Amino acid sequence: MQLSGNNARTVADLAHHETGVLLSLDLEPALADRLMLLGFLPGEMVEAAQSAPGGDPRVYRVDGTEIALRRETALRLMLK
Amino acid sequence: MTVSSPGRSAASGTSLVALIGPPNSGKTTLFNRLTGLRQKVANYPGVTVERHVGRAQLGEHAHVDLLDLPGVYSLHPRTEDEKVTSDVLLGKMPDLPRPNAVLLILDSTNLGHNLALVAPILALGLPTMVILNMADDLDARGGAVDLKALSQELGVPVALVSSVQGTGVDSVRNFLRGPAAPAANPFPILQNVQDAPHCRRWAATVTASAGYRAPAPPAWTRRLDATLLHRVWGPTILTLLLMAIWWTIFAGAKPAMDAVELVIATSGGWLKAQLPDTLWRGLLIDGVWAGVGSIVVFLPQILILSLFIGILEDSGYMARAALIADRMLARVGLQGKAVIPLVSALACAVPAIMGARMIESKRDRLATIMVAPFMVCSARLPVYTLLIAAFVPGAAWMQALVLAGLYVLGAAAAFGTARLLKSTILKSERMPFVLEMPPYRWPTFRSLSLRLIDRTRVFLRRAGTIILGVAVVLWLMATLPLKSDGTAADVGDSIAGTIGKTIEPAIRPLGFNWKIGVGLITSLAAREVIVSTLGTIYGIESTDEDAVKESLRTELHRDLTPGGAAALIVFFAFAMQCMSTVAVIRRETGGWKWPALQFGYMLALAYLGGWAANGITTWWLA
Repeated sequence: MQLSGNNARTVADLAHHETGVLLSLDLEPALADRLMLLGFLPGEMVEAAQSAPGGDPRVYRVDGTEIALRRETALRLMLK
Repeated sequence: MTVSSPGRSAASGTSLVALIGPPNSGKTTLFNRLTGLRQKVANYPGVTVERHVGRAQLGEHAHVDLLDLPGVYSLHPRTEDEKVTSDVLLGKMPDLPRPNAVLLILDSTNLGHNLALVAPILALGLPTMVILNMADDLDARGGAVDLKALSQELGVPVALVSSVQGTGVDSVRNFLRGPAAPAANPFPILQNVQDAPHCRRWAATVTASAGYRAPAPPAWTRRLDATLLHRVWGPTILTLLLMAIWWTIFAGAKPAMDAVELVIATSGGWLKAQLPDTLWRGLLIDGVWAGVGSIVVFLPQILILSLFIGILEDSGYMARAALIADRMLARVGLQGKAVIPLVSALACAVPAIMGARMIESKRDRLATIMVAPFMVCSARLPVYTLLIAAFVPGAAWMQALVLAGLYVLGAAAAFGTARLLKSTILKSERMPFVLEMPPYRWPTFRSLSLRLIDRTRVFLRRAGTIILGVAVVLWLMATLPLKSDGTAADVGDSIAGTIGKTIEPAIRPLGFNWKIGVGLITSLAAREVIVSTLGTIYGIESTDEDAVKESLRTELHRDLTPGGAAALIVFFAFAMQCMSTVAVIRRETGGWKWPALQFGYMLALAYLGGWAANGITTWWLA
């Protein structure tokens, strides 16, 4: 798979209401597993929704559910 | 294939059925609907996870015991909740037989991600029924599922249920009553039940072949979130809500607490008049009866906070509150949900610590429990106001400023300690904030009232017994040794008095004399007790409460240096002078380790803080 250079886009880069397709989860296995069970699977569409004041954490819509993630976690979810 | 019946008659022994499901699947609502008030709460051995067992009556002679397991996304034993769930289902939990059957509760509006739990559950080979909950929501939002196809696909019975409205619950009772075959078919997938993407992909094929039509997004939730998570309105509404909670516990519980105190005092007085004047009467009235009073008096606050937390959790707002508060609390290593216990602790630490159990992460919950007693609670106020009135000269605004400073001091100690804990002994295993935002729902009366009954039972039975015991011990310490005529000792000559005098050299650096020392010992029961103890020691005799406080102010002003007064205030800001808090922490953490550590830490901080306050004040005024 090709990454677009070294400035790969992550879920944290999504603007409000923007969607992207998940490529990979660059997280330790326990957390990656947990997120995949919640729907953050490679190939799934992720939409950025509301955030807490200041932009962090933010709610993401994936597979019909809304999950809030801190920015530090969203930065490790790579987009296609 | 053996055919077993999950629901046997009472005569042939009781069988145990486990309820399992992901968080937010409405598992506990269904548990409540099936068992009603026939519930028992205990802890699993060695952990802080609660064990809820209830009896479901299935007819005149048939019943089963239901076990409500913690909500989990998988059976991989990573968190404490997942470990408990997996141990119970594998029959590895001591004192608990392996369940005879499983009710797997899923959110029907979200089958895609809920079905992933089915594979590892079916792999257990226990008779299983899959329950698709929230049928009312699925229907209202235009979703649909073919139960027959899903049941065929999974090889186990499937029911569509609304545990809030009670529809479909009969088919669950039928399953519990009738003979059930164990989930027989180990599908290919089940060789890999711990593999998350694998389970998800399998779930996707199952939902497709079961004709599952996902419901439309919850329109009302989106609309509400636009306001409740708005960058200006969101925090404003949360702040107002927290203030309302604080005020209700602080002031709204007052009439109920006064009523409890009045009933205890009046009935105690009446009982006193009926009994001969012996030491036993003193033990009964001033030890046991007053001890009971000091337990029951917390109930109004606990009930009010539990009601608020119940409404916030059941409605779905709690997840939003946690989201808004998360960033601020993350700086000190706590998480968003801690905001509710911490604000409640400004009224009283006891309900706050009981409320901390809604924080799923064990370490975050412990950290919240450990720092909550630093927040300025209402029991500190009588001590603060007495000392401020006696030692802070001048205008009311200056006194108010000092009081405000004490609130800041308490919060600073709480956050500083949280930071310290989370960077040392409670360092997280980096399971960061991942929070599902459930759709908003109306809380039901039934579920709220069961919550309140549950909290009342837990508090009275577990914490209450410890509080009663300590109250009696402290009464004995203030009464013994007896005078030669067999009556109670004067407080100065009692065991408490002797300890107070013995520790005088140790507390002199803080500017305290032995009288304060005695007050420190007796106020281990509860902070405000020091006021009445000092009143007794200074020999103030009056029935008028204001007159007592007036003369006490004069006496203290004469007996204590300004440095000593400052030290006393700081000491009370930091020290854990509250046996009810200790008892409730003992109960919530399942052992003496944490309350002992906390007591020692707070005492050390109080001593050092008092010493510094004495030195600084004396130097300042010199």
